Amino acid sequence: MKIHEYQAKELLRAYGVPVPRGGSAATPEEARRMAGELSGNVVVKAQIHSGGRGKAGGVKPASSPEEAFAVSAEILGMQLVTPQTGPEGKKVRRVLVEEASEAQRELYLSLLVDRSQKRECVVLMASQAGGMEIEKVAAETPDKIVSCAIHPVVGFSPFQARKLAAALHLNAEQRKVFADIVHNLYRLFMDKDCSLVEINPLAITEDGRLLALDAKLDFDDDGLYRHPEIKGLRDRDEEAPLEVAAKNASVNYIKLEGNVGCMVNGAGLAMTTMDMIKMAGGEPANFLDVGGGASPEQIEKAFKILTSDPHVQCILVNIFGGILRCDRVSAGLIQAAKNIEMKLPMVVRLQGTNVDEGRKMLNESGLRFTMAEGLYEAAQKAVALVQ
Amino acid sequence: MAILLDEKSRIVIQGITGSEGSFHTREAVSFGSRVVAGVTPGKGGAELDGIPVYDCVGDAVKKQGANVSGIYTPAAVSPDAVFEAIEAGIELIICMTEGIPVLEMVRVKQALKGAGARMIGPNCPGVTTPKVGKVGFMPNFIHKRGNVGVVSRSGTLTYEVIWQLTNLGIGQSTSVGIGGDPIVGSGFTDILALFEADPQTEAIVMIGEIGGTAEEEAAEFIRSQVKKPVVSFIAGRTAPPGRRMGHAGAIISGGKGTAADKFKALEQAGVIVEKNPAELGQRIAEILKTKK
Repeated sequence: MKIHEYQAKELLRAYGVPVPRGGSAATPEEARRMAGELSGNVVVKAQIHSGGRGKAGGVKPASSPEEAFAVSAEILGMQLVTPQTGPEGKKVRRVLVEEASEAQRELYLSLLVDRSQKRECVVLMASQAGGMEIEKVAAETPDKIVSCAIHPVVGFSPFQARKLAAALHLNAEQRKVFADIVHNLYRLFMDKDCSLVEINPLAITEDGRLLALDAKLDFDDDGLYRHPEIKGLRDRDEEAPLEVAAKNASVNYIKLEGNVGCMVNGAGLAMTTMDMIKMAGGEPANFLDVGGGASPEQIEKAFKILTSDPHVQCILVNIFGGILRCDRVSAGLIQAAKNIEMKLPMVVRLQGTNVDEGRKMLNESGLRFTMAEGLYEAAQKAVALVQ
Repeated sequence: MAILLDEKSRIVIQGITGSEGSFHTREAVSFGSRVVAGVTPGKGGAELDGIPVYDCVGDAVKKQGANVSGIYTPAAVSPDAVFEAIEAGIELIICMTEGIPVLEMVRVKQALKGAGARMIGPNCPGVTTPKVGKVGFMPNFIHKRGNVGVVSRSGTLTYEVIWQLTNLGIGQSTSVGIGGDPIVGSGFTDILALFEADPQTEAIVMIGEIGGTAEEEAAEFIRSQVKKPVVSFIAGRTAPPGRRMGHAGAIISGGKGTAADKFKALEQAGVIVEKNPAELGQRIAEILKTKK
């Protein structure tokens, strides 16, 4: 789960990590008031779940509360387009107004879980090449990145902060502050089941202070059940409406750009079905995993989500029943198709537990669909229907 | 011979009285699995179709000699279930549960290391050795005993492949679902090593997906340690970057973990890479023919 920069900074503040003074605003008036509470120049930053907001024109300075009003009036409501948002961009509904700082040096600091077999633990990464895309640094100048694996039993130990601080060429005073920052970020990471904590840049200001100028915090979706306060930071406006509806129905759904909708049980098989559609010359409209325990009601909900996408011209149902029994799938398909008066052509490919019963039910339902036996055959038939 | 589950396996099911646990225990028993006990805290003394239910794993080990555990408990309590199994001396722990936080698995891996116990999963369909038994929920009808080892990160995609093999008259030694999470009890490398050492296994099918570097690590291992032929498929060639494709571990992050990278690494290690999963069975059939 992603959160906004302003939410991340509030968390960092709570964990004793230095961030610029400031707060969020949803209207130009709120921005003016916020700027009035701060001293000196401020910067107004668009709040969307994306990097590259500055380059896209979503970050602007303001030297007075009046200017903050004007600048945020421009940014709020803007459809901000960055490499991460895609061409449609994302609507800016909130800005962060904070005190402007001059960075003399920009560092990079992050924590994430390294899942490679050698490590399988939390890793701290730091680099003098802050303020840049870290993937670029990793690709072009990997020696500029220093990392420390945090042993799961030992936890974070001060020598690790010293190692990183030395690599970052910090002075004695900065090293002390840096050590606190790293320790606090590690506590935050562990406390809240983060999947990524990224401070880029961690700035050294002209008067030598360390300051987290930007912060990205991602959370392990599987940890949210034990952090309701983090779950509460979720911004549904940042998610595609169909994906929100899907999540509410406990259906795993990701919207894509194509016109062949698919409903599959099992993530691996769902990805494969998308691959097969592509291989057969078509474009998948989505990823959808109904999971192992889909009830007829849930299948109907999944169907509704699929048919709510105006791009979808046909639906490929690919079910291999293990936990999910084919007769329950068929009951769901029949119920759904009848309830929503299904107009789209469907290709249904069923295999697995209770398959004979499932196929029989479909055959006797009076519904118009195309049956398929093999994986690739099913994809070909679906693609043929939209051409 | 097979791997992991064999004639010596005595299975205890943790979470046996839950709806998933009870359903799949019955399926497993009808497959021939030797389920000797179940555990649900507070339900000790009950029974399921004659299988005694205990309050704790220790009792199942003491009273029924359980040496393998299958875990069907909710995500919030599953790490605890694994720790309990480890402490009770269970050697092989197979955890089907989806939704365990990654940081919990970091701790679990440490506990496993310390105890020398092996874990399969979490978020997996389990392990099946045809004609011997299964722990998990791979459908019973798809399996046939034979000499192909199957190891996969997926669930239903694995069933597809096994069913293909069976329909071609090619049986399996053991099928292992290692799970779809970022950190799992046993990776491809661990299972490949077991297949390489297993006299019954002549060829291996490896099913991967996007996210992480497990397939690349496996490629390294195969290059130096695996002489048996390996055929592989990677799901998710068309997955968009940065999105979690169902499985917690199926996410392309920072440009890393793409299907293209994995296909490349495996090909370079001499693995036979098949881009059309509907053809996987056929490829294995060809390999087995040339071996003879």
